[in-house]
Amino acid sequence: MSDSLSTTKQAGPTGQRARRAQWRAFVRSIGMLPVLIILGALVQGLDIYLTGEGRFLTWQNLSIVAQQASVNAVLGAGMTFVILTGGIDLSVGSILAAAAMIGLIVSKSLGDLGIVAALVMGLLIGLGNGVLIAFLRLPPFIVTLGSLTAVRGFARLLGNDTTVFNPDLPFAFIGNGSLHLGGFVSVSWLIVIAFLVILGSWMILRRTVLGVHIYAVGGNESAARLSGIKVWAVLLFVYGASGLLAGLGGVMQAARLYAANGLQLGQSYELDAIAAVILGGTSFVGGIGSIWGTLIGALIIAVLTNGLILLGVTDVWQYIIKGAVIIGAVALDRYRLRGSART
Amino acid sequence: MPTSPEPQPILQMRNVSKTFPGVKALQNVQLTVYPGEVHALMGENGAGKSTLMKILSGAYFPDPGAEVSIDGKPVHIDGPLSAKAHGIAIIYQELALSPNLTVAENIYLGREAHRGPAIDRAGMFAGCDEILTNLGATFGPRTLVGDLSIAEQQMVEVARAIHAHSRILVMDEPTTALSSRETRRLFDLILRLKAEGLAIIYISHRMAEVYELAERVSVLRDGGYVGTLSRQEIKPESIVRMMVGRDLSSFYKKEHRGGSTGKPVLQVSDLADGKRVRRGSFTLHAGEVLGLAGLVGAGRTELARLIYGAEPRTGGTITLTGKEVSFDSPGAAIAGGVVYLTEDRKAQGLFLDMTVGDNINLGVIGRDAKFGGWLDLARARSRSLAAIKALTIRVPGPEINVGALSGGNQQKVLLSRLLETQPKVLILDEPTRGVDIGAKSEIYRIIDELAQGGAAVLVISSELPEVVGIADRVVVMREGETVGEVGGATGVAITEENIMALATGVQLDKVAA
Repeated sequence: MSDSLSTTKQAGPTGQRARRAQWRAFVRSIGMLPVLIILGALVQGLDIYLTGEGRFLTWQNLSIVAQQASVNAVLGAGMTFVILTGGIDLSVGSILAAAAMIGLIVSKSLGDLGIVAALVMGLLIGLGNGVLIAFLRLPPFIVTLGSLTAVRGFARLLGNDTTVFNPDLPFAFIGNGSLHLGGFVSVSWLIVIAFLVILGSWMILRRTVLGVHIYAVGGNESAARLSGIKVWAVLLFVYGASGLLAGLGGVMQAARLYAANGLQLGQSYELDAIAAVILGGTSFVGGIGSIWGTLIGALIIAVLTNGLILLGVTDVWQYIIKGAVIIGAVALDRYRLRGSART
Repeated sequence: MPTSPEPQPILQMRNVSKTFPGVKALQNVQLTVYPGEVHALMGENGAGKSTLMKILSGAYFPDPGAEVSIDGKPVHIDGPLSAKAHGIAIIYQELALSPNLTVAENIYLGREAHRGPAIDRAGMFAGCDEILTNLGATFGPRTLVGDLSIAEQQMVEVARAIHAHSRILVMDEPTTALSSRETRRLFDLILRLKAEGLAIIYISHRMAEVYELAERVSVLRDGGYVGTLSRQEIKPESIVRMMVGRDLSSFYKKEHRGGSTGKPVLQVSDLADGKRVRRGSFTLHAGEVLGLAGLVGAGRTELARLIYGAEPRTGGTITLTGKEVSFDSPGAAIAGGVVYLTEDRKAQGLFLDMTVGDNINLGVIGRDAKFGGWLDLARARSRSLAAIKALTIRVPGPEINVGALSGGNQQKVLLSRLLETQPKVLILDEPTRGVDIGAKSEIYRIIDELAQGGAAVLVISSELPEVVGIADRVVVMREGETVGEVGGATGVAITEENIMALATGVQLDKVAA
């Protein structure tokens, strides 16, 4: 929303209204950033209080947090496109698994082409979702709920329901290597990829005709249709993009693990991706939201997971606390934007 | 008909006014209804009939000073429930039934019969059976409402009103969706209800129905009460005159040009959609403002949407500058130089969460784009600023959300979007709906300038003075058909009476006399 932050100089009632609108836009654009900062400070403080050392705010730990957020951020970016049009994509976890499987299988014989195979797999499944939603006018929830199950089965089929393993994975550096800048700073490739995806998504959403059309379709589909927008093309794009990015997520996961299991990989990732988008302030009915919000949402989830592990909270309680924080944060957000937002 | 010499009115409304922000919707309106009569309530679109009925049903509160009494006792209707308790039932045009429930469940909705905590279905079915049989229904209480025809659903609404012991029944345009046989049956039902002493307030535009059914007719105009005619005085001509007889506000006035002097740009013949539009034909010339008039439900918007490619058509031809065209989507129509301004700008036109600039540029960002899809932000901004200036849109800057603007400014934003595409043909559906007086006259000026610039403009409007004021020629639709034309080469003067006569189907010479 950074485009709408320029200031105007008009006075009088319209100027006032404009300032109020701008203030709302500003509040919206910073979104959940305060929550992320408070959460980080809380984890650090509690860690110092409990163990005497602040392990959260270390370069090494923050790097781990960012890595953990990276796959979710990539899935979340695709999910942001979809939710901005008022839809939902429940199949990204399964697509991720299928893409990782095909990527590993192809990599055994064709090396780096495994990456291409995974991306194409993701794109095709996503476009399949898109065709059903755009042309047959089926509800997105139902279509992607179906592919959540069907693609999961397909992923298992690909490996004959076993774990596929490639110890000589040529693109393993993606998951384990780092980009070295000037010999000093090194950033994990996972983080680099996630950041590039977010940046690219922002460019599409804010700097292209397609981006405006995505917001338009989500904001008012019948108006979009009447104003000549090819709604079907927009829907095809968002579900295709979501599938493609899920495929990329599959590459990232496969590269990290050298292996993939059709049954286990990416289970319930779609829920984390949706949570990241919603935490980022994107409206569930479409038309409002930003990709930066999704990034912050993904980071919140990663910080929470990391912090709870650092603090020695048991697995069971991690689930409960994570769920509560997601609901609480969104409730806070709605309260904050009361009157100005549709949810 | 009242029997005693001094009958007691069942309902009396006096001094009813209703002010909406910026608009006086009703001013000192009165209505007196007796038991056992059908009282027709007539008036143009926007005369205030619906507002008055919404006050009666508790959906709106009147301004202070209004008096409503039932059976001579003053009452205070403070909500739909209280209206129901006073025996008032309203059957709206859009029926308010749940299609997924049975007839009995709908009739008992909100007052379900129960035995202890369990719902008493048998009791409900039995109770409904009796009412339905009395009404002559051919369906049972166990039928799903969704499986019934519109006429049968209306009967369910009537049954619901009877079951609630309603004594005042308001029917808002009940026959619009009915076949003539169904209408006949509805009339029989109404006569039966009347005989049982119910008072029926009947809102309709159809003169013949009113003539047949009504004991008395009250006419509203521009939110004011014009008068009430008794049975003997009811004549179509006098009602039409009462409905339209008003002074033209001067700001509608423009110099009537010849109209059809320019080249024909858009020719539409025998367009049909198999539903609401049966036969739409007209010719629109360059430099002309053609009015498309008709009562609500006559199929004007539907006809416009057919031309624009927003709905599929089943027949007819569209010729644009001599070539036959067939737009399969609004995008194709825009590319062909035909644009459409929707009558419902919030639901179908604007993107309320997007900025003024984005809304203005939406139709042309594709044409302006660099490298096949990148936004030309500088171009968009200069376009927005120019449009804001040209149409005097009151907004601090193009980055404001359009949802924060007033109705008139929103309408201008929407109009700007159309104009940016430099269309040859503009179809403007209710261009001044929900717009304040000042913005109205500005929009009239814009329309005039467009026509003078050579554009062909079709204006759909339910406000007769508006049509009379701005159109060079007026085509009138009735029940899905273009039935006639006034102005231009016809030699018939563009007057509200002449348009109304065509729109209602009253003979022209009778009215003109």
